[in-house]
Amino acid sequence: MNNIARIIFFDILKSKITFVYFIVLALVSWISFLLEESLSKGLLTVTYIVLFSVPLMALLYSTIYIYNSKEFITLLLSQPIKRGKLWSSLYAGVSTSLCMAFLLGAGIPILIYSFNGTGFLIIAMGVGITLISASIAFLIAVMTDDKSVGIGLSILCWLFFTLLYDAIMMFLLFQFSDYPIDILTVLLLMLNPVDLARLQIMMQLDVSAMLGYSGAVFTHFLGSTFSTILSFIFLIAWIVIPYRISLKIFGKKDIA
Amino acid sequence: MITIKNIHKYYRKLHALKGIDLTFEAGDRCIALIGPNACGKTTLIKCILNLVTPTKGEVMISGRNANHDPRTRELIGFMPQSANFPKNLSVENTFRLIRSVRPEINDTDDELYHSFHLDRISTKTMGTLSGGTVQKVSAALAFMFHPQIVILDEPFAGLDPLASGILKEKILKEKEKGKLILITSHVISELDHLASHVIFMEEGRILFYKSVGLLLEDTGEHTITGAIMKILTQTEYE
Repeated sequence: MNNIARIIFFDILKSKITFVYFIVLALVSWISFLLEESLSKGLLTVTYIVLFSVPLMALLYSTIYIYNSKEFITLLLSQPIKRGKLWSSLYAGVSTSLCMAFLLGAGIPILIYSFNGTGFLIIAMGVGITLISASIAFLIAVMTDDKSVGIGLSILCWLFFTLLYDAIMMFLLFQFSDYPIDILTVLLLMLNPVDLARLQIMMQLDVSAMLGYSGAVFTHFLGSTFSTILSFIFLIAWIVIPYRISLKIFGKKDIA
Repeated sequence: MITIKNIHKYYRKLHALKGIDLTFEAGDRCIALIGPNACGKTTLIKCILNLVTPTKGEVMISGRNANHDPRTRELIGFMPQSANFPKNLSVENTFRLIRSVRPEINDTDDELYHSFHLDRISTKTMGTLSGGTVQKVSAALAFMFHPQIVILDEPFAGLDPLASGILKEKILKEKEKGKLILITSHVISELDHLASHVIFMEEGRILFYKSVGLLLEDTGEHTITGAIMKILTQTEYE
């Protein structure tokens, strides 16, 4: 990490909000492992909590951080520093500290209880979702100058991907259940990173009942190895594409 | 040193700069940029710093395009109009941060840092400082890397008379070293003994760019303030 990213990283680690995030994740993970009678149930609970809370925190925190760093950004841009370098340092600083809080909070109990492929997969998905959410948050923050609009958009984004998307998908599936819509289902699933991450973990846990209709179609359609590779590619695309677009906009943005 | 070629800037529909052409030569010049509020002074300065991308036209600094080459800002020290710093950063760490951006420069100009007594408040965070003290930090940062070009946007706003005096001394000293100094101010009287040239802007256009001697001769006044007042009243009657 370069100098600027390091400063941002420590600045965020010192803040109270990341500490609270870490504490909440740790508490919830430990409690769900201790209270559920079987390990797989515990893992399932943790998965649901992780896939619900991590995107919210990463989206909101990153968006707010960018708006609050306006002064910092202006100060550094009047120095001989490339805009791309500043933006990537910001991204590195924000996402690394969020990942760190996740790894320490949820990662440790997961690895203690399940030191195997499943445990590592859940952690990888948590990190992946953090990176994706930060990337989307950067895009939102660079596109809207108004802080309250930006924060509203990132909350909407979270609602959409964690709750609304599934509801809309279900509705569509029921409406068009008479038609062969397998490919459409797979495509729709690909377009939601949270669903993709959940599917990955469910396939690993081998709880086919929890896969749901779309998940069943997905594995049936593509076979588990190929679908794993494909969903990893899509998850990486979800990190890279919003970030690249935000970088491009930031390169030409007027700093008021 | 700085060549500005036919710059236009639109903020959505607002036409902020309407075709600016300027050339600043290096050395022993202190150029005062004067004009009413919202005439485009700050936008012009931001175009030079590439904080704002011109809609049309280009800014060349020492043969490099400011829009594409961040190295052009190696030559510039900038003091913004209302400086905002990260609030949690201490004074000391703010200086350290800016130094860390340019580790290749060991010999920094700490004159203002000492004459403003910033060493006494080095552990305070930027958020707790008064507006005037923030301006002092900002001024000290602008001169830190011995820049060839110093751009000061309303440098005296919020500074007490003593600090203003120190800053003026510093500006004169740097000017004599052959630096190019670009300064904007609403209070024209502050520029009387500093400026060697005057640019007058109005509604995104340059009305004139003259040396102070020529300006005084043309208007028959003794101070820049008087000359500008005369021109303003004349244009009002026309």
